[in-house]
Amino acid sequence: MTETTANGLAVPENGRSRGYLDEKGFRSWALTLDHKRIGVLYLYTTLFFFLLGGIFALLIRIKLMYPGQAIFSDQTYNVLFTLHGSVMIFLFIIPGIPSGLGNFLIPLLIGARDVAFPRLNLASYWIFVAGILVILGSLFRPMDTGWTFYTPYSAKTGANIAFLSFGIFLVGMSSILTGLNFIVTVHKLRAPGMTWHRLPLFIWGMYATSIIQVVATPVVGITFLLLAMERLFGVGFFDPAKGGDPLLFQHFFWFYSHPVVYVMILPAMGVISEVIPVFSRKPIFGYRAIAYSSLAIAFLGFLVWGHHMFVSGMSKTASIIFSFLTFFVAVPTAVKVFNWIATMYKGSITFESPMLYALTFIFLFIIGGLTGMFLGALATDVHLHDTYFIVAHFHYTMMGGTVMGLLAGLHYWWPKMTGRMLSEKMARWGWLLTFIGFNLTFLVQFYLGFKGMPRRWAEYPPQYQFLNIVSTVGSWILAGGILVMFSNFIRGLFRGDPAPANPWKGLTLEWRTASPPPTENFETVPVVTDWPYGYAKRKPADDG
Amino acid sequence: MAEDTAHFAGEEGGQASGHVSPAVAYEAAKLGIWTFLATEVLLFGGLFTAYIVFRLKFPEMFHKDFVHLNRLLGAANTVVLITSSLTVALAIASIRKGKQQLLKLFLSLTILLAGVFLVIKYFEWTEKFAHGLFPGTDIFFSLYFMMTGLHGLHVLGGMLVLGAMLFLAGRGRFSESYHTPVEISGLYWHFVDLVWIYLFPLLYLIG
Repeated sequence: MTETTANGLAVPENGRSRGYLDEKGFRSWALTLDHKRIGVLYLYTTLFFFLLGGIFALLIRIKLMYPGQAIFSDQTYNVLFTLHGSVMIFLFIIPGIPSGLGNFLIPLLIGARDVAFPRLNLASYWIFVAGILVILGSLFRPMDTGWTFYTPYSAKTGANIAFLSFGIFLVGMSSILTGLNFIVTVHKLRAPGMTWHRLPLFIWGMYATSIIQVVATPVVGITFLLLAMERLFGVGFFDPAKGGDPLLFQHFFWFYSHPVVYVMILPAMGVISEVIPVFSRKPIFGYRAIAYSSLAIAFLGFLVWGHHMFVSGMSKTASIIFSFLTFFVAVPTAVKVFNWIATMYKGSITFESPMLYALTFIFLFIIGGLTGMFLGALATDVHLHDTYFIVAHFHYTMMGGTVMGLLAGLHYWWPKMTGRMLSEKMARWGWLLTFIGFNLTFLVQFYLGFKGMPRRWAEYPPQYQFLNIVSTVGSWILAGGILVMFSNFIRGLFRGDPAPANPWKGLTLEWRTASPPPTENFETVPVVTDWPYGYAKRKPADDG
Repeated sequence: MAEDTAHFAGEEGGQASGHVSPAVAYEAAKLGIWTFLATEVLLFGGLFTAYIVFRLKFPEMFHKDFVHLNRLLGAANTVVLITSSLTVALAIASIRKGKQQLLKLFLSLTILLAGVFLVIKYFEWTEKFAHGLFPGTDIFFSLYFMMTGLHGLHVLGGMLVLGAMLFLAGRGRFSESYHTPVEISGLYWHFVDLVWIYLFPLLYLIG
């Protein structure tokens, strides 16, 4: 242990730097410039909204046990599914992995001391919080439009959409600034020797994500501003009565909201690319293919937004082109899946909880991805659009994909973030219940949708009731799994065993520093000489 | 947006954390502001897209309405903004040579010109209101008020950012060797200017 670090930072006399969690008090968190603390703040915030959105989901499911009017009014139901969608998407899934895990991990994984603009990072968090407060403030006349806010209804409903739009604008601004910060960080702050092809794949995923955030989010920003202006000043861009075009709103909305599904999934894929080789003890297969496929997904994601609008009255030519392009997204996605599977082939696989979630991700995401093909094809989409098939499809990709990726990441990096181990036994029980509950809830919804049950309807024909009850019971098991998981988190925070620096024997840089890391991340600036996936005994050919 | 840009410039400004070398901080700030400007292009891009869509849909409306805009004031504002781009460029050139007084002079001039722009804009808008032309009048005026309004907010944001630069310059924070925040703010101001260069012909000249 040297007296001072390479970058001239003094080391306390006991030879160990203080952990980043050591300083206590409200101000030390609220005004922190430490990317790790800001990441933790994001995680607390987004996980809170995950639980809140989950409660909305449970209420929706309870009502849907009955085909007719039941439990609460149809209008309350409209509000609940809108809240569930909006909270989960804008306040949990979009910021969850990028701003939470991303903030914590990006500087650690590239061997930097912090992000490029730490004060911007803090500002970004508080803009996010301000957005949340504005959104909550709009709830005295709660929204009932669905999370897509389609005009003309959203321009006319009695709900407080103008206020809400401003809140979403703020949340989007936070997302833009975070993405910008990450792009610059990855470009400029990599440790000596950390070439682009030695970057961990999580970084590639986050880099592609940041590009989407920066490019797509301003468009939804202006869209929501115009929606607010429509309500406040009678601007008529989306109002057919004034010559406006409701389809224009959908184009604008999906120009953001389609790419943003890759903001949700790409970081999760990055997490999986880290977890799979560690628990297979094998070098990642096809490093460059996985890395570039992230960029390919980000690029192709911008060309396919029209597939949300096949039945909205778009021209047939446009529909055919969008349908055609949609299938291209499947290619880089499949490239990743095949490479993960090839990585595991003949590996020494162990099934600790992060790996269980990673495998679950692959399993569920394949189902979610393949059912997306049904929806990308024009002929079947006309039949399946706005049915429960869609609901099942995007829950398989978003919850089965993104959320499982986040949970894999949380279980994997928990020792690093908190300095304490989770109970593996509880983690596995939580995983098992989540896995069973999730599939019970959503698998039947494919069938319901295929049989024609429309989504978003408060009441439905009674022949769908049995499968709806199955789905609702599934949601309780799922909730049980989440409950066990979060109990484990809370238990781990206070009573978990102290974590070693490298509990999973990973090779990425974050495992070379203490758990939890010191404020300055590394006591000496790491020098990188190899890619981070050299798990084989014989050194792999230089793939990077 | 104003607050946003203020945060941004403030951040870029003080090498906040000091965890990287000045050379890296400079490069990072440059990449940061260009990325930020890309997001601004896309923010305005939504409005420009709406402009194209509705112009193709209602060519007669554009033809009938654009005569209501005051071309003289629009042209005057164009001159004002281009001049302000010159003064901000001179401000940067001055501090590159270490001339503190000139920096303060040119920053003040730029802020003054931005103020003139907004005052002229104010008279234009009130004239429209007096003639019963509002954002909800028709699509053309929706576009006019949204585009010039969003641009006006950016001008206001730019004044705040340049004001912050003037304040920091007054405290002697910039020198020949360190003036990244001035450069960054200057780039932002050129962008605001550039947007107007597009808005002026689209709204005032081609009907």
